[in-house]
Amino acid sequence: MNVTIVDYKSGNISSVINSFKEVAQNKVKIEVTSDLNKIKSSDKVVLPGQGSFKSCIDALNTINGLVETLNDFVINNKKPLLGICVGLQMFADVGYEETETKGLGWIPGKVTKIDNQNGKYKLPHIGWNEINIMKDSKILKDIKDKSHMYFVHSYEFVPNEKNAILATTNYSSNHVCAIEIENIFGTQFHPEKSDKIGLKIIDNFINL
Amino acid sequence: MLKNRIIPCLDVKNGRVVKGINFVDLKDAGDPVEQAKIYSDGGADEICFLDITASNENRNTIYEVVEKTSKKCFVPLTVGGGIRSIEDINKLLNCGADKVSINTAAVQNSKVVIDSSKKFGSQCIVVAIDAKKNGKNWEIFTHGGRNSTGIDAIVYAKKMEECGAGELLVTSMDRDGTQVGYDIELMSKISSKVNIPVIASGGVGNLDHLVEGIKLGKASAVLAASIFHYGKHSIKEAKEYLDSKGIPVRI
Repeated sequence: MNVTIVDYKSGNISSVINSFKEVAQNKVKIEVTSDLNKIKSSDKVVLPGQGSFKSCIDALNTINGLVETLNDFVINNKKPLLGICVGLQMFADVGYEETETKGLGWIPGKVTKIDNQNGKYKLPHIGWNEINIMKDSKILKDIKDKSHMYFVHSYEFVPNEKNAILATTNYSSNHVCAIEIENIFGTQFHPEKSDKIGLKIIDNFINL
Repeated sequence: MLKNRIIPCLDVKNGRVVKGINFVDLKDAGDPVEQAKIYSDGGADEICFLDITASNENRNTIYEVVEKTSKKCFVPLTVGGGIRSIEDINKLLNCGADKVSINTAAVQNSKVVIDSSKKFGSQCIVVAIDAKKNGKNWEIFTHGGRNSTGIDAIVYAKKMEECGAGELLVTSMDRDGTQVGYDIELMSKISSKVNIPVIASGGVGNLDHLVEGIKLGKASAVLAASIFHYGKHSIKEAKEYLDSKGIPVRI
């Protein structure tokens, strides 16, 4: 089996690479590439994302055919994809960071700034927060409700349909922090930085 | 609920820990990777390396340290000390640092903060502020506290937020190394002026100081060195103590 981490030159993905390699050891091949053929032929894809929604979408679009390849992988071939942080946010129809930007449109919804309630809540939402698990899932297998995960973000994904929500976290309000619909998985938090429990999520994804 | 963070800081010189854990049976007491791993296994919420390498020819040692550590520690890793340019930041992030802490370069040229937060995202740009009390105000210092600037710390903190810093690491030069506690007034003044998280640093001598940093100083995270290095307290003890005082921590 092989898992491809999409390297589309958006932000720092070394921690994602290190964590997947740590979990995979030598049993599963971890590729880091933007090569479309390699993405097409892989069993699973990881879509990281750092920086703004707009900068990530722009970076995806810079690589000719990448968005189409990802669409094909996820929508037509229904192969598993894990989005992390802005990688998850890009599943939405639209994002409002910097300026209104069209997303991948895989899960109906939008990405908006967390309401800081007139300065009551500092942004970014940085640090360890508890997750509230809403339903049984493959990706959060053996993860206890109220586990701590590491977050760094100022924007949140607001899906139109509640059934997409796998877990929420409370900061200013309850917002979505994990998504699972069929073969599409995403975490707003950083499993690669969430210690052993985060590595377990990566292990769950690899072993889907 | 978001938890307050405890961040142990290790001083690294020429690729070796010079101020770090010296109470456990370490195979190699100078190995930053081994020390970082002890802290992350012990429940540290993040790890901070401060590179105090003085000579330019040894500056590259930190990259190797970061690269090795990031393959063993799966909590956020912040690296500070001697960062001058976007290129320095890029190299550290590529080696596996999650955040960089910029001090002197940010004072000399705030464009470094503007450009780097745009390029890499605010989430990985920490601006370190070294401040010393001067009458009723605080003045910031550069070059590890050696050079005065005449710049007001509160005004500067606000400016760095506007430039795109994701967090501020505020060190009281008066308290650093004294073990008498954080400069609470400085921390709370800055924290109430900015809408980004503040990490309090400088002066921790006991666990009550950590409590004060969060409760009175309004810091989101507390950074400490010697109370952890010399075995006075473990990270776990610190967290249990904070918890007993009603401060939300990850246990």
